[in-house]
Amino acid sequence: MFEIFGIPSQALFGQLLLGLINGSFYALLSLGLAVIFGMLHIINFAHGAQYMMGAFAAYLMLQYLGIGYWPALLIAPILIGATGIIVERLFLQHLRSLDPLYGLLLTFGLALVIEGLFRNGFGSSGLPYQVPETLRGGRNLGFMFLPNYRAWVIVLSLAVCLATWFAIERTRLGSYLRAATENPVLVRAFGINVPRMVTLTYGFGVGLAALAGVMAAPIYNVSPQMGSDLIIVVFAVVVIGGMGSIMGAIVTGFALGIIEGLTKVFFPEASNTVIFVIMAVVLLLRPAGLFGRHA
Amino acid sequence: MPEARVLLAVSELHAWYGESHVLHGVTFAVQPGEVVTLLGRNGVGKTTTLKAIMGIIENRSGSVAFEGNELIRLSSDAIARSGIAFCPEERGIFATLDVKENLLLPRQVRSGGVTLDRIFALFPNLRERLASQGTKLSGGEQQMLAIGRILRTGARLLLLDEPTEGLAPVIVQQISRTISALKAQGFTILLVEQNFQFAATVADRYYVMEHGRIVDHLAAAELKANAGRLHEYLGV
Amino acid sequence: MDRGLNQPVLLHQRETSRSLEAAFAAMVVLLVVAPFVIYPVFLMQALCFVLFACAFNLLIGYVGLISFGHALFFGWASYVTAHAAKVWALPPELAILSGTAVAAVLGLIAGGLAIRRQGIYFAMITLALAQMMYFFALRAKFTGGEDGIQGVPRGRLFGLFDLGNEAAMYVFVLVVVLAGFLLIYRIINSPFGEVLKAIRENERRAVSLGYQTERYKLVAFALSATLAGLAGSMKSLVFQLASLTDVHWTMSGDVVLMTLLGGLGTVFGPVVGAFLVIAMQNYLAPFGQWVLVIQGLIFVACVLAFRRGIVGEIANRMRIRL
Repeated sequence: MFEIFGIPSQALFGQLLLGLINGSFYALLSLGLAVIFGMLHIINFAHGAQYMMGAFAAYLMLQYLGIGYWPALLIAPILIGATGIIVERLFLQHLRSLDPLYGLLLTFGLALVIEGLFRNGFGSSGLPYQVPETLRGGRNLGFMFLPNYRAWVIVLSLAVCLATWFAIERTRLGSYLRAATENPVLVRAFGINVPRMVTLTYGFGVGLAALAGVMAAPIYNVSPQMGSDLIIVVFAVVVIGGMGSIMGAIVTGFALGIIEGLTKVFFPEASNTVIFVIMAVVLLLRPAGLFGRHA
Repeated sequence: MPEARVLLAVSELHAWYGESHVLHGVTFAVQPGEVVTLLGRNGVGKTTTLKAIMGIIENRSGSVAFEGNELIRLSSDAIARSGIAFCPEERGIFATLDVKENLLLPRQVRSGGVTLDRIFALFPNLRERLASQGTKLSGGEQQMLAIGRILRTGARLLLLDEPTEGLAPVIVQQISRTISALKAQGFTILLVEQNFQFAATVADRYYVMEHGRIVDHLAAAELKANAGRLHEYLGV
Repeated sequence: MDRGLNQPVLLHQRETSRSLEAAFAAMVVLLVVAPFVIYPVFLMQALCFVLFACAFNLLIGYVGLISFGHALFFGWASYVTAHAAKVWALPPELAILSGTAVAAVLGLIAGGLAIRRQGIYFAMITLALAQMMYFFALRAKFTGGEDGIQGVPRGRLFGLFDLGNEAAMYVFVLVVVLAGFLLIYRIINSPFGEVLKAIRENERRAVSLGYQTERYKLVAFALSATLAGLAGSMKSLVFQLASLTDVHWTMSGDVVLMTLLGGLGTVFGPVVGAFLVIAMQNYLAPFGQWVLVIQGLIFVACVLAFRRGIVGEIANRMRIRL
């Protein structure tokens, strides 16, 4: 244990770790938003609610079906992703020719419905979810204590983010996605079923949110409002990063998490708002966002 | 028109852009192995006709029969899968894809598509630029890419929209040779052109369009005799 | 180019304004008579939200900018007015002025930041800025945190009228809201308003015509914020309370809902929408979270099938301006 700037190393690295954790969720969620926005040109306000549903799916599966964390990591995203597909087929596809703000309004409405239903069903207080057996405990690194689960969350988020980036930027399937983002009409005229791809993309983005939810369950309490507070911060992250770039969303998410963590150490009162302040600064200096492609 | 096997039969094709009625009953036919050109000034509806055949313009009525199948109610991806390929006017090269990805993008709709090696034989420049971003290519190279990628699909009817627009004469000649080569291999091509000189080097028949309908029809042999009339139509 | 919402929502009937005058007269008569049959506090609450929604509508209906953070101005004006009346013991007219002035300043700052982006980004920025100010409110001593500012005295208006008297308070609220309503109407139909509409239709063309569109948008945003602040100030005196709910994002969502339901870009849409949503919230209060669900469903229904809103539909059917 040593000190940096008068702060004990435990505290500093502890907060940095927390910041990395938050950053993991920021990255995962803004990645999902960016993917959905690229294909559908709507802001999925329901993203936070879908994240929350992922967490609840894990919780309910454990409570009532005895299905633990590891299967939940796979099942929840697929399940909630499927609800996303239904939402796209039922509602979003009808909005394609309209101003994208209608998509925002509709997904906002969905977020209210989902959060309201879950609040009715489960009340407002948080429900606990145990850290899985194999990831309990942690190791002492000397300058800090690293809980296993937190390390796992960071590793998994990084892996998922990079895998998604790779899939989109370097694979054949990803080339279909990128092309359809650029010129969906032409891609369709090349024999590719673009509407189906759009639906599946939305489902995938929702699945990403749900995955984040499962990962969040053992860390934060599972509660109906866990999504709405988070999503607004993620919006700020997205404005800062700009939505044009997948890697931009990932980098910005992790970076802002770390900055937030550091702020908590040195200026704790500002930690809630530092991301918004950064957003204001970025807007003044570089309105398109740090990695943004369109002004 | 002599009775012959017809590959594409367009009959009374109407189309609308929003409220605007842009095609007023276009009727023509294309036989297998032909190169047919739609001629006309800017804005007469040539590109619109191609787009309506391809289903890119959804608000349309009439009949478009390809190999006997009715396409008028189908979506554009279904039409592509039935064996028609479209090369748009602006070439449609994707900026977020490299040359190789652009080349491989259109779906294979029939067996017997041109192999990549053959495509590189036709367009050697492409092989060298495979990793380049699609839009970093010159205009001529982009046109090669745009044509090359639809050859891979196995489609036997190619719709080419102004392939020579904005290109240097040397490239135009290359495209002319390419189209002749494709025709020799049995492709059927429906060409939209304003560049009449270019069209004359490849086309078997011409349909002249004006105000959203076909107003005249010429065979290649009749061209010289009707040059004056054509110039009037094209406002040259 | 991002712009506001599509054509079908907004009316371009240039019919006579007779329908508007008739509707206004009817509205005034109804509002004068109403407190004799309906609980006046409900009416005053609804009236404050009418002004709030009208202020919001100015931005979305005529400039085409959707703000998801209007609670920022509503709530903070409410806090300032409450504090001014309770702690600084200012008379009501000065307390309201303070609150409204603060909203104007916040509007200029927030607008200056948000206007840099269009469409969806604008919405997200306003939401984020409002959330930031929510966190300030949560922590600041001045706002009373979770408890809010309670027991706000209504005071004597101009030293003459005791606003503790329900009738006097009602008249005051009604006059202020009607004045705000008319002011908005005046703005919309002024040369300034015409430029705003031109910007909404086709911003590039407006720029090419020489208009400094950014300035117009900023002024419109600040006006909208100021009037939203006025609504919040009034509300804190009506309920004698300023609390965190006033700055929460659900409040921003509420005003969007009211305007959407009533009819974006219509003159009377916000009035109808505000009354309906407040009525629903009060009626469904015992059912807790169902309010959230129903509001969400209304959002979805309006976007899918009912984009003109109630007043918009009526006006469209009857081919008049409302």
